[in-house]
Amino acid sequence: MAVTFTLNGKSTTVEVDPQMPLLWVLRDTLNLTGTKFGCGMALCGACTVHINGEATRSCITPVSSIAGKKITTIEGLSADASHPVQKAWIEEDVPQCGYCQSGQIMSAVALLAKKPHPTDADIDDAMSGNICRCGTYQRIRKAIHRAASLEAAK
Amino acid sequence: MSGSPTLDRRDFLKSGAALGVALVIGFHLDARTTTDPAQAQEKPPVNPFDAWVRITPDNRVTLILEKSEMGQGAMTALPMILAEELCVDWKQVKVEQAPTNPKVYDHGTGGSGSVAGSWLPLRRAGAAGREMLISAAARRWNVNRDTCVAQDGGVLHGARKNFLAYGELVEEAAKLPIPDLKTVPLKNPSEFTIVGRDIPRVDAKEKATGTAKFGIDARVPGMLYAVVARCPVFGGKVKSFDATKTKTVSGVRDVITIDAAGKGAFTAGGIVVLADNSWAAMEGRRALKIVWDEGPSASESSATLDKQFLENAAKPGKMVRNDGDADGALAGSKKKIDVSYEFPFAPHATMEPMNCTVHIRPDGAEAWVPTQAPQWAQDVIAGVSGLPRESVIVHTMLMGGGFGRRYQADFVMEAAQISKSAGKPVMALWTREDDMQHDFYRPASYHKLQGAVEADGKLLAWKHFQTSTSIAAMWDAKGEENPEKSEFGTAVFIPYEASNFRVEYTLAKSGVPRAWWRSVEHSTSGFVVECFVDELATLVGVDPLEYRLRLIGDDREIPDFVNPKEGKPLNTARQKGVLKLVAEKSGWGSPLEKGVARGIAAYYSFETYTACVAEVSVKDKAVKVNRLVYAVDCGRPVNPDGVRAQVESAAIYGLSAALYGAITIQGGRVEQSNFNDYELPRIGDAPKTEVHVVRSTEEPTGIGEPGLPVVGAAVCNALYALRGKRIRRLPIASEDLA
Repeated sequence: MAVTFTLNGKSTTVEVDPQMPLLWVLRDTLNLTGTKFGCGMALCGACTVHINGEATRSCITPVSSIAGKKITTIEGLSADASHPVQKAWIEEDVPQCGYCQSGQIMSAVALLAKKPHPTDADIDDAMSGNICRCGTYQRIRKAIHRAASLEAAK
Repeated sequence: MSGSPTLDRRDFLKSGAALGVALVIGFHLDARTTTDPAQAQEKPPVNPFDAWVRITPDNRVTLILEKSEMGQGAMTALPMILAEELCVDWKQVKVEQAPTNPKVYDHGTGGSGSVAGSWLPLRRAGAAGREMLISAAARRWNVNRDTCVAQDGGVLHGARKNFLAYGELVEEAAKLPIPDLKTVPLKNPSEFTIVGRDIPRVDAKEKATGTAKFGIDARVPGMLYAVVARCPVFGGKVKSFDATKTKTVSGVRDVITIDAAGKGAFTAGGIVVLADNSWAAMEGRRALKIVWDEGPSASESSATLDKQFLENAAKPGKMVRNDGDADGALAGSKKKIDVSYEFPFAPHATMEPMNCTVHIRPDGAEAWVPTQAPQWAQDVIAGVSGLPRESVIVHTMLMGGGFGRRYQADFVMEAAQISKSAGKPVMALWTREDDMQHDFYRPASYHKLQGAVEADGKLLAWKHFQTSTSIAAMWDAKGEENPEKSEFGTAVFIPYEASNFRVEYTLAKSGVPRAWWRSVEHSTSGFVVECFVDELATLVGVDPLEYRLRLIGDDREIPDFVNPKEGKPLNTARQKGVLKLVAEKSGWGSPLEKGVARGIAAYYSFETYTACVAEVSVKDKAVKVNRLVYAVDCGRPVNPDGVRAQVESAAIYGLSAALYGAITIQGGRVEQSNFNDYELPRIGDAPKTEVHVVRSTEEPTGIGEPGLPVVGAAVCNALYALRGKRIRRLPIASEDLA
């Protein structure tokens, strides 16, 4: 089945099993590997992308459900790490192994779009679906606050 | 060569290059008893411009990284050491992963040993390069080389104020004789400009943009994706299967079987579904009809293991250490305690599930492996393919977490078997369920601790009996004889002075695979020792910090009982140093708000001294860790912010095992399968963590693991201070908080 959607600003059509989760369409069909596989059950957040601006777990999202929608992946934030959240992540030296960070960053961007100045409680709530096994949580929290001030300074 | 057939973790980590495909057991291993890592390498001298440094005529500097990056920051810290001695500007530097070549490099990454083990060899390599560049400049100018100095990526001739950038000298320098690495002059640490500074990670940008390439991101033209159906019961195998339905799944290309590889790689074997994409392979596997032969371990459960623990604990164990007469002292004492501690199996649960991509061709092989042991991966692929090691190119990929799991070669073995059979490039991909249920777990263990004190509080007797599913029993040639070797760590040479000290051990039999999990035996030993000494403080009625300092006593060195030849002795002054520092920084003894209490723990592991104070409260029958304060002494901190990051990370990893998940066994298989039934700490669970790093000038020691063993003990000691009830079984259950 052919499914057409907007991926990082470009119209994209794929010819795949309609049940195939968006995660695998991105990774295996389109070779866009920044979005990660962690659990396959929407439990860890490594696969987080934006669908029409909402942070969504791509590992349980059948590709058939995204026809006509706007998808943003980590690759779509910026090509040069110039997005304020990416800048904040680098400045706070957040990543360790880095595997979960694409998903963390996508969740953080969605949070800041809704709440430009989140409290720690807002952050804990919005980021609770994203596991980091390296335990970079403290730096993630700091980076989100930093990104909020970078956005505000723009 | 010692000829010793036993293989402990130290030997194992250092000798990965010697490990073969079928068997790591009984190998004739180089024991490498020297403490000098450069000598221990026993590799022929290499030209630093071949192995470590590339400089282009336009002065771009590429430094080569021999270790793997799994989040621990080796990719930043190790090149810092090279750059320091080479005298280049850090801003000029790019880092590149070394090709897999154990003749030149010491790739094995584990045991918190990268900075500690590479410190001297990399300083020497950098210094040799620098000296060669200086000689080249002196020749060019026809001046005495003693009048030339290296500085900011070039050589300066003081008298004439001449400056030549390295890019102009490198071609000539590389042809000069290589200085003797043992005598090459090293920089005076007071002149360090890179080592000791907070240097941002070199991989942060690619990890913030999704462009970092992990193993799972390998993409090779014509590749297939494979998943393996393994018997869920450890030691079981396929009896029969029907793949009719699988072959109708769109995208499925083939269904094959692979054999179990046996001791060494310890793979289960199974049925392989090959497909055009990962999803089709998983769907194809779901459609398989399989009858398993569950094998001899099918009746094992956590309950049978507990029963075995109690039976073992009722009898004396094998004597591991015996100073004085602990039994006699205990029998004659009135002031004593007798308690037991219990720990379940623990999974690594790296965020990136296991995977490996291999292409075996008739004339050579290429592989993309997220591995802590690329040299072992190379050997495994060489063995499976029948190709010489030199024909196997292994690309070391970034790892989405390692924690010891990726030292293994099981996932490499499977991928190699599949690629050989398929004749194509194949990624063997594990799902989360595969990863959770076919790990090499931190052993389950049971500890019985008995202690007696004199009237003045002095420690009269300390007796520690342990029974566990030993790692050595699974991996070592003499593991059945010496299963205790891998199980105690610093618990057999504690810093607390006891007139009578005895340690005993009994092996508990299990079919569950075990191996090295972040901080290994220290993860449980640290908890046991530091909770028990806290109990003794309560028995004596002395403040837990004060009691520890008192029992440690005078400044002295306590030999490493486990590794007497190569292990550094425990220095009690440094142990007391971190205790005092953490007390000061945490405000030990100062008032806290109601419902919050502090606990303390300090422990020596990987030659590093760590102390931790936890502030905890309890809400809705759940522990809330509000704040952690750490003091660490890991010798000279190469990248202090990297040190802090590792301790922050180890704290969360330790909390995960103390407060959250447990791996339990039923019917010979793991009951948990994903993050719904094996829970991990999330952002709201993360305490505010402060890490205070001692500015030591001693040689650097480990830091990836030492933050872990203290955290569970500090939390449980705080819970005692809060509630007056000891917790002796992890993870903490809600009924323990009732």
